[in-house]
Amino acid sequence: MTITKLKLNLGPQHPSTHGVLRLILELDGEKILSCEPDVGYLHRGMEKMAEQMTYIQYLPTVDRIDYLAGCFYSELLCRIVEQALEVELSDKVRVIRVMLLELNRIASHLLWTGSFLMDLGATSPFFYTFREREMILRYFEKLTGQRMMYNYFVFGGVRKDIDCLDDVQEIIDILPEKIDDYEKIITDNPIFLKRTEGKGILDKETALNYAITGVNLRASGVDLDFRNIDYLYKGFDFRTIVLEEKDSWARYKARIMEMRESCNIIHQALEYLKMTPALEQRLINPLNLKLPAGDYFAQIEAPRGLAGCFVCSDGSDKPYRLKWRTGSYYSVNLLRKLLVGEYLNDAIAIAGSLDFILPEVDK
Amino acid sequence: MNYLYFLYIEFLTKHHIPKLFGDITFYFIPFCIIAAALIIAVLVLVLAERKLLGFFTQRKGPNRVGVWGVLQTVADAFKLLCKENITPTHADRFLFNLAPIILFIPVMTVLGIIPYSSEFTFVNTSTNVILYLILAAFPVLSIFLAGWASNNKYSLLGAMRSISQVLSYELPIAFVILSVAVLSSSLNLTGITLAQFSKWGLAGWFIFPCILGFIIMFICILAELNRCPFDLPEAESELICGYNTEYSGMRFALFYLGEYAMMFANSMFMAILFLGGYLSPFGKYLFNSSFLIYFEQAFWLFLKAGFIIFIMIWIRATLPRLAAFDLLKFSWSVLLPLSIVNLFVAVILKMGGIV
Repeated sequence: MTITKLKLNLGPQHPSTHGVLRLILELDGEKILSCEPDVGYLHRGMEKMAEQMTYIQYLPTVDRIDYLAGCFYSELLCRIVEQALEVELSDKVRVIRVMLLELNRIASHLLWTGSFLMDLGATSPFFYTFREREMILRYFEKLTGQRMMYNYFVFGGVRKDIDCLDDVQEIIDILPEKIDDYEKIITDNPIFLKRTEGKGILDKETALNYAITGVNLRASGVDLDFRNIDYLYKGFDFRTIVLEEKDSWARYKARIMEMRESCNIIHQALEYLKMTPALEQRLINPLNLKLPAGDYFAQIEAPRGLAGCFVCSDGSDKPYRLKWRTGSYYSVNLLRKLLVGEYLNDAIAIAGSLDFILPEVDK
Repeated sequence: MNYLYFLYIEFLTKHHIPKLFGDITFYFIPFCIIAAALIIAVLVLVLAERKLLGFFTQRKGPNRVGVWGVLQTVADAFKLLCKENITPTHADRFLFNLAPIILFIPVMTVLGIIPYSSEFTFVNTSTNVILYLILAAFPVLSIFLAGWASNNKYSLLGAMRSISQVLSYELPIAFVILSVAVLSSSLNLTGITLAQFSKWGLAGWFIFPCILGFIIMFICILAELNRCPFDLPEAESELICGYNTEYSGMRFALFYLGEYAMMFANSMFMAILFLGGYLSPFGKYLFNSSFLIYFEQAFWLFLKAGFIIFIMIWIRATLPRLAAFDLLKFSWSVLLPLSIVNLFVAVILKMGGIV
């Protein structure tokens, strides 16, 4: 008997590819024989664009690299400039940045929880997680005037002093209860367990070979969290979530636990911010800002894995070359290996569990 | 039905119209009534589902068109009628157009065999349970044709899933229906309804001796209707829209209509088998006049069906989708043995003279 292969183009316009990913699948019935991710449908030339812009011109655009966690990328660019000019951040600026980064991380994970369940066919959790994400976005809107592209971090500090701390207090008071609610409806649901337990197993070696970072790696049992060596997070007490299950369920659980941990960090930041006097900061003058010639690299633990920024400067006011390292890019590459041998509906769930978004892949 | 026929002929003779005319036209009336009732029922059902899903997810649901959004589905239906019918280039034109029509025939007929009240069954045969069993499985033919003729890989996969699903969920339904037939010693829906009559109202319902059968039947009907958590054939996140991906305009509306009408018919059927059909849950009717009782009976039937539909919507708001493999395994290894157990229980109860 000969196997007739069915070639299926999943995407670029498809409800569950989280943007414009195109997967070229070869199917035998519903079983996937091979998978070839095809990226680049959302390429905006973020890296080439940097070469024609001064640093302050480029800063507002970097939020668009990951529209769900924009803070992390503006933090990276600020960090490059601060590193190059050897500027020390004051403690208050540091804590403000940590608080906003963690809020943004929670918002991103909340959206993922909803969309992952949507991939599995449950529509309601999407609305529940969006309800809580809305609170966080409202706070950002109050603070920065923007819901997703904040442009709040500037070279050497933040754009203005933090306010509306009561809103943040309310968010972290409510959120753990709401996460309990999600867990009640999702975590012990037998259908959910059947769809995720033992599905899409990503072992340690494969994960490391494919340069997977972030939650996906920690759910495979590798203890690697770049927040532990990050100078921003110095003095914060938090736990690194490491799970040994290696499957889709572990990746889900790790994100849920990480949200709780982020609440914990925000709580500590809030205590500090409530005590400290108004912000005094010495910003770097962005006009005529030139980085000394040389190579700079900065990294941070973003919601979708390690985010890195490499800048090669020739001493002018524009970068000579700029390169972004994003977690999603490597997760998409992993599909090539992880989806082979799975059935189509499991494949969608596995791809969803990796939490990639396409603007981050295509840049 | 004889009563209605009598009334109709009497009405005609009063206006000097020959009886032959009445004999011929009498059988068209039910179709007109069903078609009109079906469209209204579906419009209400879709609105109810959207409203309820809205409440489950802490939204308002449709609330712009008309008071409280009541005209939303009417507007949607009107929009679908106005849309262009697109046929894909390499589709099999004949089968592509045939599929929605084929879906509609069993749907109309199923609604015709249901006893809405003691005098109001359009087609009352002595074995209309068997007829129902055949008609309920019929839409899968249309789904298969739609999937095959669309020349779309997603449609084909959806059709493939649908067939395997219906094939494996038909069998438990047959066993459950058999156990109800044993309990009531009848294959006629009116007979089954009357067998559930008792002085204490709901005490006579077959849901009590056959609770296992009720649950099995409910699960199977969810699967047959392609509803969550068995909505694999039209899994949005996997197959876009499954078998009806390529359909648009009126043809899509027919699929939509058929799907919801089938949901309505199936829940009424479940109400008849297990919840006493048109019988009042209090043992006696609230009205005394024989004419009003017919309406009261229909009201009880719709109320019971509405309750089942509510549970279906509730489940849709709660559960994720099953995987295709688990779905088949669940039917063959869990539901089928349990339905046979249920049949044995029914036989023992009947022989012991308990029911």
